Amino acid sequence: MNQILKFKLDGVECMGYKDQYITNAAAENGFYIPTLCNIPGVKPRGACRICNVRVNGKLMTACTTPLANGMVIECQTEELKDLRKAIIELMLTEGNHFCPSCEKSGNCELQALAYRFNITVPRFKYQFPERDIEASHPKLIKDHNRCILCKRCIRVIKDEQGRNIFAFGKRGNRITINIDTELANDISDENARMAYEICPVGAILLRENAFREPIGKRKFDHVPIGIEMERFHK
Amino acid sequence: MEKKVVATSSLAGCFGCHMSLLDIDERILELIELVEFDKSPVNDVKKFSRRVDIGLIEGGCCNEENVHVLKEFRAQCKVLVSVGECAIMGGLQAIRNTIPLKECLDEAYLNGPSVKGCNEESIIPNDEELPVILNKVYPCHEIVKIDYHLPGCPPSADLIWNALRALVLDEKMEMPYELVKYD
Ligand code: SF4
Ligand code: SF4
Ligand code: FES
Repeated sequence: MNQILKFKLDGVECMGYKDQYITNAAAENGFYIPTLCNIPGVKPRGACRICNVRVNGKLMTACTTPLANGMVIECQTEELKDLRKAIIELMLTEGNHFCPSCEKSGNCELQALAYRFNITVPRFKYQFPERDIEASHPKLIKDHNRCILCKRCIRVIKDEQGRNIFAFGKRGNRITINIDTELANDISDENARMAYEICPVGAILLRENAFREPIGKRKFDHVPIGIEMERFHK
Repeated sequence: MEKKVVATSSLAGCFGCHMSLLDIDERILELIELVEFDKSPVNDVKKFSRRVDIGLIEGGCCNEENVHVLKEFRAQCKVLVSVGECAIMGGLQAIRNTIPLKECLDEAYLNGPSVKGCNEESIIPNDEELPVILNKVYPCHEIVKIDYHLPGCPPSADLIWNALRALVLDEKMEMPYELVKYD
Protein backbone atom coordinates (compact mmCIF):
# COMPACT_ATOMS: atom_id res chain seq x y z
CA MET A 1 0.00 0.00 0.00
CA ASN A 2 1.25 3.42 -0.89
CA GLN A 3 2.12 5.84 1.86
CA ILE A 4 -0.78 8.17 2.74
CA LEU A 5 -0.05 11.91 2.58
CA LYS A 6 -2.03 14.88 3.85
CA PHE A 7 -2.41 18.12 1.94
CA LYS A 8 -4.65 21.17 1.86
CA LEU A 9 -6.53 22.25 -1.25
CA ASP A 10 -8.23 25.64 -1.21
CA GLY A 11 -8.40 25.38 2.56
CA VAL A 12 -9.88 21.87 2.68
CA GLU A 13 -7.94 19.06 4.38
CA CYS A 14 -7.37 16.25 1.86
CA MET A 15 -5.57 12.95 1.66
CA GLY A 16 -3.69 11.28 -1.13
CA TYR A 17 -0.90 8.83 -1.84
CA LYS A 18 2.83 9.18 -2.33
CA ASP A 19 3.71 9.41 -6.05
CA GLN A 20 0.23 10.57 -6.97
CA TYR A 21 0.04 13.64 -9.18
CA ILE A 22 -1.80 16.62 -7.69
CA THR A 23 -4.56 16.51 -10.36
CA ASN A 24 -5.42 12.89 -9.57
CA ALA A 25 -5.28 13.38 -5.82
CA ALA A 26 -7.52 16.43 -6.14
CA ALA A 27 -10.05 14.47 -8.19
CA GLU A 28 -10.18 11.71 -5.60
CA ASN A 29 -10.94 14.35 -2.99
CA GLY A 30 -13.77 15.81 -5.04
CA PHE A 31 -11.93 18.75 -6.61
CA TYR A 32 -11.63 19.44 -10.30
CA ILE A 33 -8.40 21.07 -11.37
CA PRO A 34 -8.90 22.02 -15.04
CA THR A 35 -6.53 20.16 -17.40
CA LEU A 36 -6.20 20.05 -21.15
CA CYS A 37 -3.04 18.31 -22.34
CA ASN A 38 -3.18 15.78 -19.53
CA ILE A 39 -4.63 12.28 -19.90
CA PRO A 40 -4.90 10.35 -16.64
CA GLY A 41 -2.78 7.22 -16.81
CA VAL A 42 -0.37 8.55 -19.44
CA LYS A 43 2.94 10.18 -18.50
CA PRO A 44 2.13 13.90 -18.16
CA ARG A 45 3.80 16.42 -20.39
CA GLY A 46 2.98 19.80 -18.87
CA ALA A 47 2.34 21.27 -22.29
CA CYS A 48 -0.63 23.58 -21.77
CA ARG A 49 -0.34 24.95 -18.20
CA ILE A 50 -4.11 25.08 -17.74
CA CYS A 51 -3.63 23.10 -14.53
CA ASN A 52 -1.53 25.85 -12.94
CA VAL A 53 -1.94 25.90 -9.17
CA ARG A 54 0.07 27.50 -6.38
CA VAL A 55 1.89 24.89 -4.30
CA ASN A 56 3.17 26.43 -1.06
CA GLY A 57 2.91 29.75 -2.90
CA LYS A 58 4.81 28.66 -6.00
CA LEU A 59 3.23 28.32 -9.44
CA MET A 60 3.31 24.66 -10.54
CA THR A 61 1.53 22.47 -13.08
CA ALA A 62 -0.69 20.14 -11.07
CA CYS A 63 -0.61 17.37 -13.70
CA THR A 64 3.18 16.95 -13.45
CA THR A 65 3.75 17.64 -9.75
CA PRO A 66 3.66 14.66 -7.37
CA LEU A 67 2.01 15.14 -4.02
CA ALA A 68 4.16 15.77 -0.94
CA ASN A 69 3.12 15.66 2.69
CA GLY A 70 1.77 18.95 4.05
CA MET A 71 1.46 20.69 0.69
CA VAL A 72 -0.74 23.76 0.71
CA ILE A 73 -2.34 24.05 -2.72
CA GLU A 74 -4.37 26.94 -4.06
CA CYS A 75 -6.49 26.34 -7.15
CA GLN A 76 -9.57 28.55 -7.38
CA THR A 77 -8.06 31.94 -6.54
CA GLU A 78 -9.00 34.90 -8.73
CA GLU A 79 -5.42 35.13 -9.98
CA LEU A 80 -5.30 31.49 -11.08
CA LYS A 81 -8.78 31.53 -12.59
CA ASP A 82 -7.79 34.50 -14.70
CA LEU A 83 -4.48 32.91 -15.66
CA ARG A 84 -6.28 29.80 -16.94
CA LYS A 85 -8.82 31.89 -18.73
CA ALA A 86 -6.03 33.86 -20.41
CA ILE A 87 -4.37 30.65 -21.63
CA ILE A 88 -7.61 29.46 -23.20
CA GLU A 89 -8.11 32.87 -24.81
CA LEU A 90 -4.56 32.71 -26.18
CA MET A 91 -5.25 29.31 -27.72
CA LEU A 92 -8.50 30.48 -29.27
CA THR A 93 -6.81 33.48 -30.90
CA GLU A 94 -3.47 31.88 -31.77
CA GLY A 95 -5.01 29.29 -34.12
CA ASN A 96 -8.07 29.42 -36.37
CA HIS A 97 -11.05 28.25 -34.34
CA PHE A 98 -14.26 28.58 -36.31
CA CYS A 99 -16.45 26.66 -33.88
CA PRO A 100 -19.69 26.99 -35.89
CA SER A 101 -18.18 24.88 -38.68
CA CYS A 102 -16.00 22.58 -36.59
CA GLU A 103 -16.67 18.85 -36.51
CA LYS A 104 -15.58 18.66 -32.88
CA SER A 105 -17.82 21.46 -31.62
CA GLY A 106 -19.80 20.30 -28.60
CA ASN A 107 -17.26 17.58 -27.88
CA CYS A 108 -14.18 19.80 -27.83
CA GLU A 109 -12.31 20.21 -24.55
CA LEU A 110 -10.84 23.60 -25.47
CA GLN A 111 -14.30 24.93 -26.22
CA ALA A 112 -15.68 23.26 -23.09
CA LEU A 113 -13.08 25.01 -20.94
CA ALA A 114 -13.93 28.31 -22.62
CA TYR A 115 -17.59 27.68 -21.73
CA ARG A 116 -16.70 26.75 -18.19
CA PHE A 117 -14.62 29.90 -17.76
CA ASN A 118 -17.47 32.05 -19.19
CA ILE A 119 -15.44 33.39 -22.10
CA THR A 120 -17.65 35.45 -24.37
CA VAL A 121 -14.81 37.18 -26.21
CA PRO A 122 -11.05 36.73 -25.88
CA ARG A 123 -8.99 39.68 -24.63
CA PHE A 124 -6.36 39.04 -27.33
CA LYS A 125 -6.45 39.95 -30.98
CA TYR A 126 -7.32 37.13 -33.38
CA GLN A 127 -4.15 36.18 -35.26
CA PHE A 128 -5.69 34.28 -38.21
CA PRO A 129 -2.43 32.46 -38.99
CA GLU A 130 -1.95 30.65 -42.28
CA ARG A 131 -2.15 26.93 -41.54
CA ASP A 132 -2.49 23.76 -43.60
CA ILE A 133 -4.92 20.90 -43.58
CA GLU A 134 -3.44 17.48 -44.33
CA ALA A 135 -6.21 15.72 -46.18
CA SER A 136 -4.25 13.08 -48.07
CA HIS A 137 -4.32 10.30 -45.48
CA PRO A 138 -6.79 7.47 -46.04
CA LYS A 139 -8.47 7.45 -42.63
CA LEU A 140 -7.56 10.66 -40.86
CA ILE A 141 -7.50 14.39 -41.55
CA LYS A 142 -5.04 16.59 -39.69
CA ASP A 143 -6.24 20.18 -39.36
CA HIS A 144 -3.36 22.38 -38.22
CA ASN A 145 -5.69 25.34 -37.79
CA ARG A 146 -7.02 23.79 -34.61
CA CYS A 147 -4.00 21.96 -33.20
CA ILE A 148 -3.07 23.25 -29.75
CA LEU A 149 0.18 21.24 -29.62
CA CYS A 150 -0.88 19.32 -26.54
CA LYS A 151 1.08 16.28 -27.77
CA ARG A 152 -1.56 13.82 -26.60
CA CYS A 153 -1.45 12.11 -29.99
CA ILE A 154 2.33 11.74 -29.87
CA ARG A 155 2.20 10.24 -26.41
CA VAL A 156 -0.62 7.78 -27.01
CA ILE A 157 -0.91 6.68 -30.63
CA LYS A 158 1.66 4.06 -31.67
CA ASP A 159 1.52 1.27 -34.23
CA GLU A 160 1.91 -2.44 -33.36
CA GLN A 161 5.67 -2.05 -33.30
CA GLY A 162 5.50 0.90 -30.94
CA ARG A 163 6.36 3.47 -33.60
CA ASN A 164 4.94 6.97 -33.30
CA ILE A 165 2.30 7.75 -35.91
CA PHE A 166 2.34 11.43 -34.94
CA ALA A 167 5.56 13.42 -34.78
CA PHE A 168 6.90 16.96 -34.68
CA GLY A 169 7.44 18.85 -37.89
CA LYS A 170 9.37 22.14 -37.90
CA ARG A 171 10.61 23.74 -34.67
CA GLY A 172 10.22 26.78 -32.46
CA ASN A 173 7.17 28.93 -33.10
CA ARG A 174 6.66 27.21 -36.47
CA ILE A 175 6.24 23.85 -34.75
CA THR A 176 3.58 21.51 -36.12
CA ILE A 177 2.47 18.03 -35.25
CA ASN A 178 2.24 15.88 -38.34
CA ILE A 179 1.05 12.43 -39.27
CA ASP A 180 3.73 10.07 -40.54
CA THR A 181 2.47 9.52 -44.08
CA GLU A 182 3.63 5.92 -44.41
CA LEU A 183 2.44 4.77 -41.01
CA ALA A 184 -0.88 6.61 -41.53
CA ASN A 185 -1.49 4.52 -44.65
CA ASP A 186 -1.48 1.34 -42.56
CA ILE A 187 -3.12 2.69 -39.41
CA SER A 188 -5.71 0.31 -37.95
CA ASP A 189 -9.33 1.45 -37.67
CA GLU A 190 -9.06 1.17 -33.93
CA ASN A 191 -5.97 3.38 -33.77
CA ALA A 192 -7.51 5.92 -36.15
CA ARG A 193 -10.56 6.20 -33.93
CA MET A 194 -8.42 6.45 -30.85
CA ALA A 195 -6.43 9.28 -32.43
CA TYR A 196 -9.65 11.15 -33.16
CA GLU A 197 -10.88 10.61 -29.64
CA ILE A 198 -7.64 11.39 -27.84
CA CYS A 199 -7.30 14.77 -29.57
CA PRO A 200 -9.00 17.28 -27.26
CA VAL A 201 -9.85 19.55 -30.20
CA GLY A 202 -10.84 19.12 -33.82
CA ALA A 203 -7.27 18.75 -35.10
CA ILE A 204 -7.48 15.01 -35.81
CA LEU A 205 -10.60 14.01 -37.69
CA LEU A 206 -11.82 10.61 -38.66
CA ARG A 207 -13.08 10.44 -42.21
CA GLU A 208 -16.82 9.88 -42.77
CA ASN A 209 -17.51 10.60 -39.15
CA ALA A 210 -18.39 14.30 -38.99
CA PHE A 211 -21.52 15.77 -37.42
CA ARG A 212 -22.95 12.40 -36.37
CA GLU A 213 -24.35 13.69 -33.10
CA PRO A 214 -27.00 16.38 -33.30
CA ILE A 215 -26.70 19.56 -31.24
CA GLY A 216 -28.12 18.81 -27.81
CA LYS A 217 -26.68 15.27 -27.70
CA ARG A 218 -23.00 16.17 -27.56
CA LYS A 219 -20.74 15.76 -24.56
CA PHE A 220 -20.65 19.37 -23.35
CA ASP A 221 -24.03 20.64 -24.55
CA HIS A 222 -25.63 20.41 -21.12
CA VAL A 223 -22.90 19.83 -18.55
CA PRO A 224 -19.65 21.69 -17.96
CA ILE A 225 -16.37 19.85 -18.33
CA GLY A 226 -15.06 18.39 -15.07
CA ILE A 227 -18.35 18.45 -13.23
CA GLU A 228 -18.24 14.69 -12.64
CA MET A 229 -15.15 15.16 -10.43
CA GLU A 230 -16.51 17.88 -8.26
CA ARG A 231 -17.75 17.64 -4.76
CA PHE A 232 -16.41 21.05 -3.86
CA HIS A 233 -16.32 23.58 -6.60
CA LYS A 234 -16.39 27.15 -7.92
CA MET B 1 -41.97 53.68 -17.80
CA GLU B 2 -40.58 55.29 -20.89
CA LYS B 3 -39.74 52.73 -23.56
CA LYS B 4 -36.08 52.09 -24.30
CA VAL B 5 -35.04 52.53 -27.91
CA VAL B 6 -33.27 49.72 -29.75
CA ALA B 7 -31.44 49.76 -33.09
CA THR B 8 -30.07 46.73 -34.91
CA SER B 9 -27.99 46.05 -37.98
CA SER B 10 -26.54 43.13 -39.89
CA LEU B 11 -23.03 43.88 -41.17
CA ALA B 12 -21.11 40.95 -42.68
CA GLY B 13 -23.56 38.42 -41.31
CA CYS B 14 -26.24 36.10 -42.66
CA PHE B 15 -29.24 37.57 -40.81
CA GLY B 16 -29.35 34.42 -38.72
CA CYS B 17 -28.93 36.42 -35.51
CA HIS B 18 -31.88 38.59 -36.48
CA MET B 19 -33.88 35.43 -37.19
CA SER B 20 -32.91 34.18 -33.76
CA LEU B 21 -34.21 37.43 -32.26
CA LEU B 22 -37.54 36.72 -33.95
CA ASP B 23 -37.42 33.23 -32.46
CA ILE B 24 -38.43 34.67 -29.10
CA ASP B 25 -41.93 33.80 -30.34
CA GLU B 26 -44.81 35.26 -28.31
CA ARG B 27 -42.37 37.13 -26.08
CA ILE B 28 -42.21 39.59 -28.96
CA LEU B 29 -45.45 41.01 -27.55
CA GLU B 30 -43.72 41.61 -24.25
CA LEU B 31 -40.76 43.08 -26.11
CA ILE B 32 -42.81 45.72 -27.89
CA GLU B 33 -44.20 46.77 -24.53
CA LEU B 34 -40.65 47.33 -23.36
CA VAL B 35 -38.89 48.79 -26.38
CA GLU B 36 -39.29 50.79 -29.52
CA PHE B 37 -37.17 50.11 -32.58
CA ASP B 38 -35.28 52.86 -34.35
CA LYS B 39 -32.96 52.05 -37.29
CA SER B 40 -33.34 48.31 -37.86
CA PRO B 41 -34.19 45.74 -40.53
CA VAL B 42 -36.92 44.54 -38.13
CA ASN B 43 -39.06 47.59 -39.00
CA ASP B 44 -37.16 48.52 -42.17
CA VAL B 45 -36.14 51.92 -40.82
CA LYS B 46 -32.96 52.91 -42.65
CA LYS B 47 -31.75 55.94 -40.71
CA PHE B 48 -31.30 56.86 -37.09
CA SER B 49 -33.92 59.38 -35.97
CA ARG B 50 -32.35 59.94 -32.54
CA ARG B 51 -29.76 58.68 -30.12
CA VAL B 52 -30.78 55.21 -28.92
CA ASP B 53 -30.30 53.16 -25.77
CA ILE B 54 -29.26 49.78 -27.11
CA GLY B 55 -27.60 48.79 -30.37
CA LEU B 56 -27.38 45.17 -31.47
CA ILE B 57 -24.76 44.38 -34.11
CA GLU B 58 -24.80 41.19 -36.11
CA GLY B 59 -21.85 40.41 -38.38
CA GLY B 60 -18.25 41.54 -38.55
CA CYS B 61 -16.66 44.09 -40.87
CA CYS B 62 -15.67 42.88 -44.31
CA ASN B 63 -16.00 46.14 -46.26
CA GLU B 64 -15.82 49.87 -45.68
CA GLU B 65 -19.58 50.24 -45.49
CA ASN B 66 -19.67 47.83 -42.54
CA VAL B 67 -17.08 50.01 -40.79
CA HIS B 68 -19.09 53.13 -41.52
CA VAL B 69 -22.33 51.63 -40.15
CA LEU B 70 -20.56 50.23 -37.10
CA LYS B 71 -19.02 53.61 -36.27
CA GLU B 72 -22.39 55.27 -36.70
CA PHE B 73 -23.92 52.74 -34.30
CA ARG B 74 -21.18 53.43 -31.78
CA ALA B 75 -21.86 57.14 -32.01
CA GLN B 76 -25.65 56.72 -31.71
CA CYS B 77 -25.99 53.90 -29.14
CA LYS B 78 -25.46 54.23 -25.42
CA VAL B 79 -24.83 50.50 -25.16
CA LEU B 80 -23.51 48.48 -28.07
CA VAL B 81 -23.71 44.68 -28.15
CA SER B 82 -21.94 42.27 -30.50
CA VAL B 83 -24.44 39.54 -31.28
CA GLY B 84 -23.13 36.26 -32.65
CA GLU B 85 -19.82 34.77 -33.74
CA CYS B 86 -19.40 36.96 -36.84
CA ALA B 87 -19.55 40.16 -34.80
CA ILE B 88 -17.34 38.61 -32.13
CA MET B 89 -14.64 36.94 -34.23
CA GLY B 90 -15.45 37.56 -37.89
CA GLY B 91 -17.30 34.28 -38.34
CA LEU B 92 -16.93 31.94 -41.26
CA GLN B 93 -16.24 34.89 -43.57
CA ALA B 94 -13.00 35.33 -41.66
CA ILE B 95 -11.73 32.02 -43.02
CA ARG B 96 -10.53 34.25 -45.86
CA ASN B 97 -8.27 36.07 -43.40
CA THR B 98 -5.69 33.35 -43.82
CA ILE B 99 -5.59 33.87 -47.59
CA PRO B 100 -4.31 37.03 -49.35
CA LEU B 101 -7.21 39.17 -50.64
CA LYS B 102 -6.03 39.09 -54.24
CA GLU B 103 -6.00 35.31 -54.21
CA CYS B 104 -9.59 35.27 -52.86
CA LEU B 105 -10.85 37.69 -55.51
CA ASP B 106 -9.04 35.85 -58.30
CA GLU B 107 -10.61 32.59 -57.15
CA ALA B 108 -14.09 34.14 -56.87
CA TYR B 109 -14.11 35.99 -60.20
CA LEU B 110 -11.46 34.50 -62.45
CA ASN B 111 -10.31 31.01 -61.54
CA GLY B 112 -13.06 29.31 -59.55
CA PRO B 113 -14.73 26.32 -61.27
CA SER B 114 -18.00 28.21 -61.79
CA VAL B 115 -16.38 31.29 -63.36
CA LYS B 116 -13.32 29.97 -65.18
CA GLY B 117 -13.54 30.83 -68.86
CA CYS B 118 -16.75 32.90 -68.44
CA ASN B 119 -15.19 36.18 -67.39
CA GLU B 120 -13.50 37.05 -70.67
CA GLU B 121 -12.41 40.51 -69.76
CA SER B 122 -11.19 39.30 -66.39
CA ILE B 123 -13.30 41.80 -64.50
CA ILE B 124 -13.15 41.93 -60.75
CA PRO B 125 -16.06 44.18 -59.71
CA ASN B 126 -14.75 47.58 -58.64
CA ASP B 127 -17.58 49.99 -59.44
CA GLU B 128 -17.37 53.06 -57.26
CA GLU B 129 -20.90 52.35 -55.99
CA LEU B 130 -19.62 49.17 -54.38
CA PRO B 131 -18.18 49.36 -50.89
CA VAL B 132 -14.46 48.64 -50.96
CA ILE B 133 -13.67 45.23 -49.57
CA LEU B 134 -11.24 45.20 -46.62
CA ASN B 135 -7.98 43.26 -46.58
CA LYS B 136 -9.43 41.12 -43.78
CA VAL B 137 -12.70 40.53 -41.97
CA TYR B 138 -12.55 42.32 -38.61
CA PRO B 139 -14.37 41.51 -35.38
CA CYS B 140 -16.44 44.53 -34.29
CA HIS B 141 -14.50 45.13 -31.07
CA GLU B 142 -11.34 45.60 -33.13
CA ILE B 143 -13.00 48.62 -34.82
CA VAL B 144 -15.04 50.27 -32.03
CA LYS B 145 -15.60 49.71 -28.33
CA ILE B 146 -18.21 47.01 -27.75
CA ASP B 147 -19.89 46.81 -24.35
CA TYR B 148 -21.23 43.25 -24.34
CA HIS B 149 -20.80 40.08 -26.39
CA LEU B 150 -23.43 37.40 -26.96
CA PRO B 151 -21.79 34.28 -28.42
CA GLY B 152 -23.49 31.74 -30.65
CA CYS B 153 -24.05 30.97 -34.30
CA PRO B 154 -26.65 32.23 -33.84
CA PRO B 155 -27.05 33.03 -30.14
CA SER B 156 -30.21 31.30 -28.98
CA ALA B 157 -33.40 33.31 -28.80
CA ASP B 158 -33.39 32.81 -25.04
CA LEU B 159 -29.93 34.31 -24.72
CA ILE B 160 -30.86 37.36 -26.80
CA TRP B 161 -34.07 37.71 -24.84
CA ASN B 162 -32.27 37.49 -21.49
CA ALA B 163 -29.78 40.11 -22.65
CA LEU B 164 -32.40 42.52 -23.96
CA ARG B 165 -34.54 42.20 -20.84
CA ALA B 166 -31.56 42.72 -18.57
CA LEU B 167 -30.45 45.81 -20.52
CA VAL B 168 -33.92 47.28 -20.70
CA LEU B 169 -34.83 46.64 -17.07
CA ASP B 170 -31.32 47.33 -15.82
CA GLU B 171 -31.07 43.90 -14.21
CA LYS B 172 -28.27 41.39 -13.98
CA MET B 173 -28.32 39.14 -17.02
CA GLU B 174 -28.85 35.42 -16.64
CA MET B 175 -26.38 33.36 -18.63
CA PRO B 176 -27.10 29.71 -17.83
CA TYR B 177 -24.51 27.20 -19.06
CA GLU B 178 -26.78 25.71 -21.71
CA LEU B 179 -27.35 29.04 -23.44
CA VAL B 180 -23.80 30.27 -23.92
CA LYS B 181 -22.40 28.31 -26.86
CA TYR B 182 -20.22 29.11 -29.85
CA ASP B 183 -22.22 27.19 -32.44
S1 SF4 C 1 -11.32 22.70 -32.12
FE1 SF4 C 1 -12.76 23.27 -30.51
S2 SF4 C 1 -12.36 25.44 -30.15
FE2 SF4 C 1 -11.43 24.90 -32.12
S3 SF4 C 1 -12.98 25.36 -33.66
FE3 SF4 C 1 -13.26 23.22 -33.09
S4 SF4 C 1 -14.80 23.27 -31.46
FE4 SF4 C 1 -14.01 25.34 -31.66
S1 SF4 D 1 -3.33 16.95 -33.04
FE1 SF4 D 1 -4.70 17.06 -31.28
S2 SF4 D 1 -3.77 15.62 -29.82
FE2 SF4 D 1 -2.21 16.08 -31.34
S3 SF4 D 1 -1.06 17.81 -30.48
FE3 SF4 D 1 -2.63 18.68 -31.83
S4 SF4 D 1 -4.31 19.11 -30.45
FE4 SF4 D 1 -3.00 17.68 -29.37
S1 FES E 1 -2.91 19.80 -18.02
FE1 FES E 1 -1.18 20.23 -16.85
S2 FES E 1 0.06 21.33 -18.21
FE2 FES E 1 -1.63 20.73 -19.47
